[in-house]
This record gives sequence, structure tokens and C-alpha cells, in this order.
Amino acid sequence: MSGNRIESVNDFVVKFANVNGSGSASANELFAKAILRMGVPVSPRNIFPSNIQGLPTWYEVRVSEAGWLGRRGGIDMMVAMNPQTWDADVREVEPGGYLFYDSTKPLPPGALRSDITVIGMPVTAICNATYEDPRQRTLFKNIMVLGALSVLMDIDPTVIEKLFGEQYKGKERLLESNVRALHAGRGFAKDHLQPPHHAGIGLKVRRADAVGDKIFVEGNAAAALGCVYGGATVCAWYPITPSSSVAEAFASYCKKYRHDGATGQANYAIVQAEDEIASIGMVTGAGWNGARAFTATSGPGVSLMTEFIGLAYFAEIPVTIIDVQRGGPSTGMPTRTQQGDLISSAYASHGDTKHVMLLPQDPAECFEFSAAALDLADRLQTPVFVMTDLDIGMNQRLCKPFEWDEARAYDRGKVMSAEELEAGKDFGRYKDVDGDGIPWRTLPGTHPSKGSYFTRGTTRNAYAIYSEAGPDYLYNVQRLLKKFATAATLAPQPEVRAAAKKTRLGVIYFGSTAPAMDEALTALAAEGIHLDALRLKAFPFPNSVAEFIANHDHVFVVEQNRDAQMRTLLVNELEIDPAWLIKVLHFDGTPITARFITEAITKHVHALAVAPRRERIVS
Amino acid sequence: MTFIAKPKLHHPTLTRNKVGYTRRDYEGKVSTLCAGCGHDSISAAIIQACWEMDIQPHRVAKLSGIGCSSKTPDYFLGASHGFNTVHGRMPSVLTGAALANRELLYLGVSGDGDSASIGIGQFAHAMRRGVRMVYIVENNGVYGLTKGQFSATADKGSKSKKGVVNPDNPVDLIGLALQLGATYVARGFSGDKAQLVPLIKGAIGHGGAAFIDVISPCVAFNNHAGSTRSYDYVRDHNEAVARIDFIDLAAELQAAPAPGEVLELPQADGSTMRLRKLHEGYDATDRRAAMNLVHQLAAEGEIATGLLYVDPQAVDLHAALNTVAKPLNTLGAAELCPGAEALSRINAGLR
Repeated sequence: MSGNRIESVNDFVVKFANVNGSGSASANELFAKAILRMGVPVSPRNIFPSNIQGLPTWYEVRVSEAGWLGRRGGIDMMVAMNPQTWDADVREVEPGGYLFYDSTKPLPPGALRSDITVIGMPVTAICNATYEDPRQRTLFKNIMVLGALSVLMDIDPTVIEKLFGEQYKGKERLLESNVRALHAGRGFAKDHLQPPHHAGIGLKVRRADAVGDKIFVEGNAAAALGCVYGGATVCAWYPITPSSSVAEAFASYCKKYRHDGATGQANYAIVQAEDEIASIGMVTGAGWNGARAFTATSGPGVSLMTEFIGLAYFAEIPVTIIDVQRGGPSTGMPTRTQQGDLISSAYASHGDTKHVMLLPQDPAECFEFSAAALDLADRLQTPVFVMTDLDIGMNQRLCKPFEWDEARAYDRGKVMSAEELEAGKDFGRYKDVDGDGIPWRTLPGTHPSKGSYFTRGTTRNAYAIYSEAGPDYLYNVQRLLKKFATAATLAPQPEVRAAAKKTRLGVIYFGSTAPAMDEALTALAAEGIHLDALRLKAFPFPNSVAEFIANHDHVFVVEQNRDAQMRTLLVNELEIDPAWLIKVLHFDGTPITARFITEAITKHVHALAVAPRRERIVS
Repeated sequence: MTFIAKPKLHHPTLTRNKVGYTRRDYEGKVSTLCAGCGHDSISAAIIQACWEMDIQPHRVAKLSGIGCSSKTPDYFLGASHGFNTVHGRMPSVLTGAALANRELLYLGVSGDGDSASIGIGQFAHAMRRGVRMVYIVENNGVYGLTKGQFSATADKGSKSKKGVVNPDNPVDLIGLALQLGATYVARGFSGDKAQLVPLIKGAIGHGGAAFIDVISPCVAFNNHAGSTRSYDYVRDHNEAVARIDFIDLAAELQAAPAPGEVLELPQADGSTMRLRKLHEGYDATDRRAAMNLVHQLAAEGEIATGLLYVDPQAVDLHAALNTVAKPLNTLGAAELCPGAEALSRINAGLR
């Protein structure tokens, strides 16, 4: 290999191909964090199977001083440690790229490509010679590779040592053995993988100042912390990938921050329920009884919960659901990402139902929106979804630090007190007294003789008395629509960014598409394609979304599902002519890339240039 | 007619209990169930028990699922909040409500379709978690609202009103509750209020998951010859094993019973339950003995009733979760929000 080697500083993609359960995850994370500590943004992504041990798993790290955090597509260097996936892994490397592999056993020459640089290191042989314990032989393999990579890429070893120090605080023996393995790897690389012995690689990390005060965290942990700060006291859940770590992180944050100093007792209750139906049932019961409660789940869980979601909608009970979306339908792709639950969540349950959804773009917003969801659920007395996904939820993402305003008070909504009841305030549980469609409620046990009512899924009059009379039913369901309109004004508002030049093109996107979209907008602008961009933060849509669409001739809707679910919601809720909204859809289970968006939009724009847009029919 | 108002005029000489309420204060709306329905007798027993136990009606939360039995919470304790949830899912809603506020009395009313068929999973898990509640199944072996289909508790070989013989084995909720760790397990009969009221009172005073299976004949669809849930059949096959004399909340024994006949059971909250043995050699605090006796009597074609098992020192889900004494729904930001300073430390740990 000579000539067209990829040469890049602080801008490349490395992918680690491993076997799951082999201890590679922590070494991979160290690699990403070391680069981050050198001031260079990284965005790692776990690509993993639904399995505990023995199947292929990958860790893709994008290094980008420019701060692009979306998945780029294409691999500049493959660290191929898994023979099972060898052929596909080798094929994936970009021409001019690099392949690092364990050369303990010689590979047939045909197995390698001539257009890439190959770096062999007999990792297994070195480990077997250094360690007796089979477990250490496996674990330290990963650290030795990290050592070699640090030499090849100019990653500062003292940064890695510092990370070891933080990780193994108080476990000096482990710390020391890790440092030793790191330097063993570095020693081999210096002696064998650098000139004059070897050409080395062209991918380098150089200290920069592009990270600032940003934090590096998984969306699921952020959402859990948002629930802690937002005042959730009841969490009922059932394990399901990719959402389980929300409840687990909630438990560990609660353990630290939610025990009474004097008694040691818990200011929270977490129940691992028998299924998703029971989870949402418990959340509904707790919400009915005035506790802030949430569940975390994924698409199949939402499917199971739909009956209860309808009850909570109609009986008007605060419920917060964190839906970490994965690939559907059915069991689908449980360990891959998608934005596939939009319609099933927005309209969950039978009859006419509509639900509020918040659409966080990163962990910072997972934190913010989870806390906001608890407020909104109480204010609106209805289910509120936080629609995150596997890409945000289970990957560490660089984002702005969490913020909390000390002056912020929980919005517990319209709860009538014993004093108000005693003073003779009229209580009609389902009566719209404030004109916003939101009625007042009372909590069980409030007053000896006033304010009790019977909650039911059947229809009733404004005073909660069972009634199937048409006018009573209409009053209720039309008031619910009014409440939904109120929700559009209370939920986070969309973020609009104007293009550098005046344009008739717009793009609407949301959630985990954001980082790829940011990058694509820049790339498109460089090609002369300018788009105004609107990032949705919630459903229902406020008027500004309809205005944005009306102000553009063509609006792309970029999303990660097959059926253009967000576009359907836009068409349906805003009564938009479907021809106005152009689908840009990515749904193979991998996170959407800037390359994909740029290519799709460019193609459409070129097609639009030759074919005039179908005129909208104005009635 | 969907709603019948009851007259509010009360007789001035009605007896008041210790908390100042008359029995009428524990009533609800007029029942819309069939005349003679066993469920109405159970509602009357609940009213009686709550009045006698000096429970303030508004400190009770009554929850139910779907079905005839689940309609009944509207017919008692009109000053309590009620929640008619979804079919078979009352236990989870009750669990969540109980987590939110540990100070109220949670009364779950369900039926055999609701608890033994669609809701058998939630029934089982609420029992094993030890949610503090009074869980009453109004068991008639039949789906009434949908006009007489067999339920999962109908005995094998019993005959429906239309003459169909049930080919399936019955679900025994008592057996399940015992096996799953319920700490108060009783069976009553809606036709025997003298037995049922003390059973409900015992459940109200209990510190954990209390389950009462009440055989409650369906006069419309399951009260004929060949049914094993008819008034006549249950009266002929009722074998009471232990009777609760009374629950003494004052923790002071008023009368000295004859030794050997009555068991005095101090409960976790300091009160005392007195249990009169009706079956020779039967120990209602022995879970295994209870399981054996229930099965033995069933094999003999008898229905064991009375208090079958009690763990007088039972604790509940809140104890297992070590939650604060204050109801969770009363906690504010001061107790719940770690604050901006803690957050900046969390941020620092994520760099």
C-alpha cells in the first residue's frame, strides 16, 4: 500500500469490531474519552446484538474537531478483533484507510486488501506470554490495543493514565496492572508499528479546545436524572432494551440523592412490575393519587400499555412515559435505533385519542424534557411521552451541561385543596372553568365530605357522574380537544434556523436526527443548497409549524422510519397537502448520517429544478 | 336511567361511631345490580365493617376493575374517591395509588372474571408484593354483564343456566393467594353476613395483603340446580373453619374467652385480633396447614370458609421499599430535588 493513504488530523472514524462479553466496552470507552480529554469532540456509537456473550459487537467512534456528532458513515480505520465478522469488517474500510488486526495467527494473503494499510500486532501472543490468568489474557488484550493505538494516533498516554486513575480509584492493584498493559502495548507499537519498521497511520489526534464545558453522557441516564430533578417519586417499569437503563439509572441516582438524611428512608418507590401493563397501571394509580410517576419502555411496551394510556387520557390522569424507541415492528430490531413509535404513541388506544410527545435531540434535552414532562403531565392531567431513541439513549453523547434553575417550582397543576373545598368552591371534576380545557381535580383523602368523585373510563358529565347522554359526551371530548390545543402552547416550542440566504426550501426534523442534520445543512449550503430548518420539540404542533410550512414552497421532513410517521402527523393535524412535504427517510436501524441527508436532499432539489412543483389547490 | 339519587335525609337518632359518622354516611348510590344479587350483600357488609371500625369514609380509596362486582364501589362509601379502572388491572392501579399515599385504606373490589381470568397475573403479583390492601373478589363463577358465560373459577362439571357442562378445571384464588404469600386469606359467603363482616374487619386491620374470596351467587345466571355457586349449594357445602370474634383496635381485651377456644393474635400495629377456632386442631397462622385443609375440604366437596390464614405480624410493600413515613404525594422540591449545586458536581463527573 502506498500513495493514497487517508491523512487526517482530528477528523476521522474508527470502528472496533469485538466479541460481546470480552471486556472490550470499557477499553473502547477509554479510547473515546482520552480523545475527548484532549479537547477533541468524539461521538461513539455501540452497535450490539441482543445477546450476552459471544456475538459480534462494534463500537464506532467519530472524531471531529468541527464538533459533528452525527454518525458520518464510512470507516477510516477498523480495529478488527473478531474473526467471525472479519470479511465484512475488512470490506467496510474506506480505500486508503487502515486495518488493525491481531496477527498472532497468520492470515491467508487473500483475506487482506491491497488498497488499505494493514497493521498487524500479535496481541494474543503478547498477552499469553505476559499473563497466566485466562481472564487477564482477554481483558488486557483490549488495553494493549489501546496502548498501540495511542502511539499510532499520538494520543497522550498520560491522559489515559489519568482516566485509569479515576476508574480504579482505591483499587491500586488494578490501576497498576492496567497501566502496565497500556505501556506494553505502547512499547510494541513503538518498536514495530512506526517508521522505520512500518509506515504507521495517517490518522492523528492533536490537542484542541473544541469541547469546552460539555458533558459526555448517555441519554437514558440523563432522562433518569431529569425524573429525579423533576420530582418523580414513583417509577414502575419492566425491563426492555433499550430503555432498561433509564429505570436502573433512576435507582442509582435515587440511592445517592433521595434518601432522608435523618432516617435513611427513601423519598421514592421503584417497582419492577410483572409486565408493561402493570407498569403503566401503577403509574396511573400513583398519578391519580397525586404522586409524580413515570415508566420507561420501548415500542413493544407502548403497544401493551395502550389500553391504560386511553384510560389515563379519558379519565385525565397525569402519566409520564419515556419511550426509548428501537426498530420495529414486532420484536423488530431490539438493539437498533429508529423513530418508529410516533404514530403508535401519538394516537395510542382505541377511540379518539391524542397524546403529548416531547422530542429530545440529545441527553441534555432528555434531562430537560423528562423534568418538563412531569410538569406537563400534572398541568394537563394527561399522558406525556418523552420520545427518545436507542441512538440517544444508549450512547454517550457530548452535549451542553445539565442546568437547573433553583427558582424553578414544580407545577402540580390544578389540584383543589381541602381549604378551597371548605370555602365552597364549586368542584366539577370534568368542568372547564378556566377556558383552557383543563379541569380541576381533587386527591383521594382530601376532605371529609366534599370533593370526592368516581374515576372511570366510561363517559360522564362535568361532575363525574356516569352519563352516556350525547351532550355530556360531546362536552367532554371537545373539551379534551381544547386541552390538546392548550398543550401545544405549553410544550417546548420548535427551534427555527434561517438559512444564510433567502430560500423557498425548508426542512423539518427532530430528535436524534439533529446532529446529522446540523452537519448536512452546512454541507448543503456549501453546495449552494440553502434550507431554513425547523426542529420540532413536541407534539401537538403549535401554529408556528404551520406557518413555517406555509412560508416555503417545498419542505423536507427528515425522519428515521419507513412510513414517514412525522409527515403523517403533520399532514393529519395541520391538514397540509401531502405534496408539500417531501419524505427523507432512513430506517435500516443505523443512526441517520449527514451524508445520507445531503445526498437525498440534493437529489430532490435537482429533480425539483427540472419539474415545477404541483400547484397547491386553494379552496 | 343511569343515575339514581338517594334521599339525603337521615333519621336524627341514628347511632354514631367513634369518629362521628352514622351507618348512612358509609352508603353510596343506589345499586343498579339485579334484585337479590350477592354483591349487594357484600357492599352492605363493607359498609357495616367500615362503620364498626370507625374508618373515616374519605380516608378510603376504593378501586375496581370491570364487571358487575367492579361496579359496586359506586354503591358504598360515597364520600370516598373511587376508581373503576380497566378489566383485570385494578391491582396495579391500587399498587401505584398505595405507593403514592401510604396513609389511606385501599379497598380493591374485583370479580372472578376480573381476577381469575384476564387479571390473574396482576392478582398474583399484588399478593406476592404484599401491597397493604383489602382485596375482595366477589366470586360467582360466571360472567354476568355479558350474560352468563363460565368464568375461570367455575367448578369442573358444574352446569350453566343453558345446561352446558363446564369442562375446565377451576382457578382456586384462595390456593393461589396462600401460595403467593398473601398474609391474610379468608373466604366468606355473601349469604352469611355474620361471618363476612368480621372477615372484612380483620382485613381492614391487617398490615399487609389481605384477600377475601366471597362466594356471591349470581341470581340471574348462576343460581340454578347443577351450579356449584348457587345459594342452596353453598349453604349445603359451607364448612367454616375459623371465625373472627372481633378486632380490638384498642389493644385491650374486653372479655376473657374460654381458654383453648379463642386465639389472641397481636397484630403489627398494636391491635389484637381474636380468632375462634371452629375446626378441631386447625391453626390459622400455619400457612401450610391452611393449604392442606383447603385442599382436603375441596376434595370432600366442601367449601372452606372463615379466616383460613393470617400472619398477624405482616408488613407491606412500603416496608420492603423502606419508603418515608410521609406520603410520597406530599413531598415537595425540598425533599425531591437535589439542587443546582449537586447538578454541577454531576456535570463535573461527566467530563
